[in-house]
Amino acid sequence: MTSILQTDTAPKPASPTLIERGNAIVDRLKQHAEEAFYYLGGVADLATQTIQQFIRGPIDRGVVIAQFDQIGVRSISIVAITSLFIGMVLALQTAYSLADFGGALLIGKVVSLSLIRELAPVLMALMVGGRVGAGIAAELGTMKVTEQIDALRALATNPVRKLVVPRVLATTIMMPLLTLLACFIGILGGLVIAVGSLHLSSNFYIRSVIETVKYNDLASGVGKTFFFGFTIGLIACYNGLSTTGGADGVGRSTTATVVTASITVLILDFFLTKVFLFIF
Amino acid sequence: MTETTTAPDRRAEPRETPDRRRHARDLFVEFRDVNKAYGNKQVLRGADLKVYRGEVLVILGGSGSGKSVTLRHMLGLEAPDSGRVIVEDEDITDHPEEELYRVRKKFGMLFQSGALFDSMNVFENVAFPLREHAEMSEEEIARAVKEKLGLVNLPNTENLMPVDLSGGMRKRVGLARSIVLDPKMILYDEPTTGLDPITSQKINELIIDLQSKLNVTSVVVTHDIQSAFSVGDRIAFLNKGVFEWIGSMEQARDADHPVLREFFKASAVTAAQPTR
Repeated sequence: MTSILQTDTAPKPASPTLIERGNAIVDRLKQHAEEAFYYLGGVADLATQTIQQFIRGPIDRGVVIAQFDQIGVRSISIVAITSLFIGMVLALQTAYSLADFGGALLIGKVVSLSLIRELAPVLMALMVGGRVGAGIAAELGTMKVTEQIDALRALATNPVRKLVVPRVLATTIMMPLLTLLACFIGILGGLVIAVGSLHLSSNFYIRSVIETVKYNDLASGVGKTFFFGFTIGLIACYNGLSTTGGADGVGRSTTATVVTASITVLILDFFLTKVFLFIF
Repeated sequence: MTETTTAPDRRAEPRETPDRRRHARDLFVEFRDVNKAYGNKQVLRGADLKVYRGEVLVILGGSGSGKSVTLRHMLGLEAPDSGRVIVEDEDITDHPEEELYRVRKKFGMLFQSGALFDSMNVFENVAFPLREHAEMSEEEIARAVKEKLGLVNLPNTENLMPVDLSGGMRKRVGLARSIVLDPKMILYDEPTTGLDPITSQKINELIIDLQSKLNVTSVVVTHDIQSAFSVGDRIAFLNKGVFEWIGSMEQARDADHPVLREFFKASAVTAAQPTR
């Protein structure tokens, strides 16, 4: 009996393994949390430096204009195509799903409000963020692994002032402009369907849009995109500048930028929507 | 006094040659017990080094011995975990980045790959430091760029993009960019690595030529023995993060440091091997 009890109370070989496994999981979680905080700290530090350098200047106008062109003008086609089809799909879906309630008559209201308040800002941030963020991360990442960033520092030039400020400035300014364009083209897409498919008059659709959209809708929708632009530019620059490990590292930074920027935009959108609903 | 390795750490000071005495008060850069680790990898382990004004010091060592990391510490591109880095009597160890920019203007650095800015042509690359730091008109900048490109034997290449240049040309453009602000010290990171013997020799001649024309101090990091003996006044042999042997080129030939001798022997064998 005693021997049975002794056997039962003796530590089984499986128990330490489970504890070890538990410890390993805790350690891994700790490590991930540390890395996440380190990343957040790095991005926050870069944001501070970017604002400091922007205020201190001087900012090379030529470089900023080149970035406006690269980030803004060259994104127009992707913005136009995306928003046109979103507007058209939105009009069709509205007419179909609200058919029993006279959905066709609500198309102007639904398309314009959905686009301006939510769809255009978020979808443009995701589309343009993917394109522009990946481009910035790849460019700065390549500069990092080919020692060009070190060369800048060795030539007594601040990489944040020279590289980060123009890019973040361009994403922050161009994102709202692209969103405005997306809203306009999206509403135009809705008009095409309203007139072409649903046989509404263009005057009715346009009047419906104008009567529906208020100043605060526009301010709330477009206002968010300043923050989206700033965040996308910052994340892309941070990932680019912290690239290590050659071409493989550049690939990883690029992918990480698209994923991180997209998730951040979606999370930020929720909180900014709450803030803007409170303000307006 | 002869330059030899000494127990227990086998580090040595330069011999009291006339040159050494001349430079005795002209210390340009000094490392005092510098330690640096990246993660678990200890790269520099109590490195002590003195670079005297006007000399060409060659830092010799195998791959991964910490040669390039040493150069990066001189420029303040890396900060040591412990120890001090002194540049012209100024302790730069704890300087913030903004403060280091003033110190870095004393240096020109040739990176291993040239590190040319891909988006700029040769002219814009060489003109970059002038546009950033010198208040010069475009005509003056153009004149200065042309002069420096002439010094590195690359005339009429202003409009070429980095992608159009060979490895040797990239290094020479990088060198032109690093000397355009007339630095007091030039740091060469593996200047002949990856180049054919003839181009390597041209780069060596260029280093010697610039040394006499610009009257600068130079530190050349290399594992190329031929290059080291072509350009150097002194050798500092870096092994496993420690400068285990420092002395003149003449002393280096007769050095009894086992790893250094092994290094010379291996290099001589490699150089004598016919290529098939």
